[in-house]
Amino acid sequence: MVWTYRTAVSIALIALLFGINWALDQYVIDYIVRIIMQCGINAILAVGLNLINGTTGQFSLGHAGFMAVGAYATAFAVIHLESWLGFNASNIPAPWMQGLLLSVGLLFGALFAGLAGLLVGAPSLRLRGDYLAIVTLGFAEIIRLIFTNTEALGGATGYSGGRPLGLPVYTNFFWVFLWAIFLITLIGNFTFSSYGRALRAIREDEIATEALGINTTRMKVLASVISAAAVGVAGGLFAHLMGTIRPDDFKMDRSVAMIVMILVGGLGSVSGAIIGAIFVGVTLEAMRDIQQYRLLAYSLLLIGLMIARPQGLLGSRELRLPAFLRRKRGGAA
Amino acid sequence: MTTPALKLDNIAKIFGGLRAVDGVSFEVAPRQIFGLIGPNGAGKTTAFNCISGVYTPEQGTISFFGKSIAGRPPSEIAALGIARTFQNIRLFGDMTVLENVMVAGHATIGFGPLAAMFRLRKQAEEQERLAARAHEILRIFELDGLAGEFSKSLPYGSQRKLEIARALMLNPKVLLLDEPAAGMNSREADSLKNQIRWLRDTFDLTIVLVEHNMQVVMNVCEQVHCVDHGQTIASGEPLHVQNHPAVRTAYLGADVDESTLRQS
Ligand SMILES: Nc1ncnc2c1ncn2[C@@H]1O[C@H](COP(=O)(O)OP(=O)(O)O)[C@@H](O)[C@H]1O
Ligand SMILES: [Mg+2]
Repeated sequence: MVWTYRTAVSIALIALLFGINWALDQYVIDYIVRIIMQCGINAILAVGLNLINGTTGQFSLGHAGFMAVGAYATAFAVIHLESWLGFNASNIPAPWMQGLLLSVGLLFGALFAGLAGLLVGAPSLRLRGDYLAIVTLGFAEIIRLIFTNTEALGGATGYSGGRPLGLPVYTNFFWVFLWAIFLITLIGNFTFSSYGRALRAIREDEIATEALGINTTRMKVLASVISAAAVGVAGGLFAHLMGTIRPDDFKMDRSVAMIVMILVGGLGSVSGAIIGAIFVGVTLEAMRDIQQYRLLAYSLLLIGLMIARPQGLLGSRELRLPAFLRRKRGGAA
Repeated sequence: MTTPALKLDNIAKIFGGLRAVDGVSFEVAPRQIFGLIGPNGAGKTTAFNCISGVYTPEQGTISFFGKSIAGRPPSEIAALGIARTFQNIRLFGDMTVLENVMVAGHATIGFGPLAAMFRLRKQAEEQERLAARAHEILRIFELDGLAGEFSKSLPYGSQRKLEIARALMLNPKVLLLDEPAAGMNSREADSLKNQIRWLRDTFDLTIVLVEHNMQVVMNVCEQVHCVDHGQTIASGEPLHVQNHPAVRTAYLGADVDESTLRQS
């Protein structure tokens, strides 16, 4: 019953995304499609970051590092998978095969980014507040320096898998949104389960949560791993959208952009994070010609936000579907 | 003699140079209501923090039904069966009354994070089990009608009751109550007395009570232990402790008659 329902929804969703993908290809200029894809990738970043910064209340300033790990791991996996399967410039994989290769790569991206989330989270999540922010920022810089100094991954000039044309551009509307919906559903389910409740309790009062038999350190590290893995997938989609990745793509301003997304939408709200992601995706594009002032613009935006609406657009509430579109509780859930 | 539910043996906890708890020993029998009293700053809350694992005592042993627990993390001690409330209420203010209680059931859920992410059937069943049990406990405290309210919006007395309800969700064997009557009016304090006894009988609990309201202590406790400056000054039956000269001196700094002490 549950599974037939889910299969039906999944098939309908795939058909819908496929249709939209086709229509976008046909009727909409690439420039706009790219912005839409950026927004989808941002949504994954924001919902991923929100799990740890918003729901759990542990302020990480280093998620660009996890995005970098995901980007490099995905690209590395795709390149090697292709050469192993015998694909090359004169034997290009079919479109469905491209998506499959990308998705397998993204699984590697999630795995390695999640591992990084474990390695960074386990020692640092014992810290509180400002200390955690500074330590995570430091970790992100270390990750960036490691990529900068690893010649096998292209060093400072970036990774293109040793191909003159750069990484294969496999990211399209269909795959961005299939992954985005998949990951947001998983993280949403997690957030609204008993686990999410425990994470919110940690945000409210860690000592009281611990006194209720919950190992708070373990819960925070778990949230960090899931968060980093999701952000890693976004990194992989980004890599195969851009066609090249450089360590400088993952500097602090990218972490700041992610934080702006969740602050705009409202810390702790999944739907708010999505709204913030779209907002940042669009404004980033609008500010293309004044790139160097981006951090300044974000700072001004944040100051304005803190004055006008400190809780963000939604606060920690969620946008909900109208009642007739919602499934009844219990039954199929 | 049966194994004590809780046994502290020569416990010391030192902050810098201050011996907040300084060689305290006591035993609490199963199903006993045990009072831990003493003036402000005597070390009662610190003793609770040692038992519940917030602090690791510098010295001494603590055992729970014969099992040594000193130095274990608080989450482990809570899971073993020692629940507590806090002197300065620590509820999850931005979560609902129901959620506050349900959180305390998280350690017992029988599903992993992946089951939560994929919403497997198991997690829906467990969710319903937790919610049903939480409602049941809230009904006992007449808080069920407020289940959907944010806990921070509750009046003070109800917040204290909610903290006890939340602790009970852990299915504890020992319950540590840190000044549950503080801030309650006399009518609330009165019903609390009955509630404490009723809880012990219904849930088969051992209760350790830190309380300043002497009326409550004298009325419900079967054994009383009085500390001052971290050290034991009297121990035994409530009346014996109440009439002990050292206790009266500690509380009021001078010899006073019994009636003054009764009223405080
Ligand atoms: N974390 C701490 N750091 C330093 N001193 C503390 C700490 N906790 C309690 N104390 C001190 O220890 C003594 C005992 O405090 P407490 O156990 O709270 O007393 P009670 O609960 O009996 O009123 C007090 O002098 C208090 O100031
Ligand atoms: Mg105290």
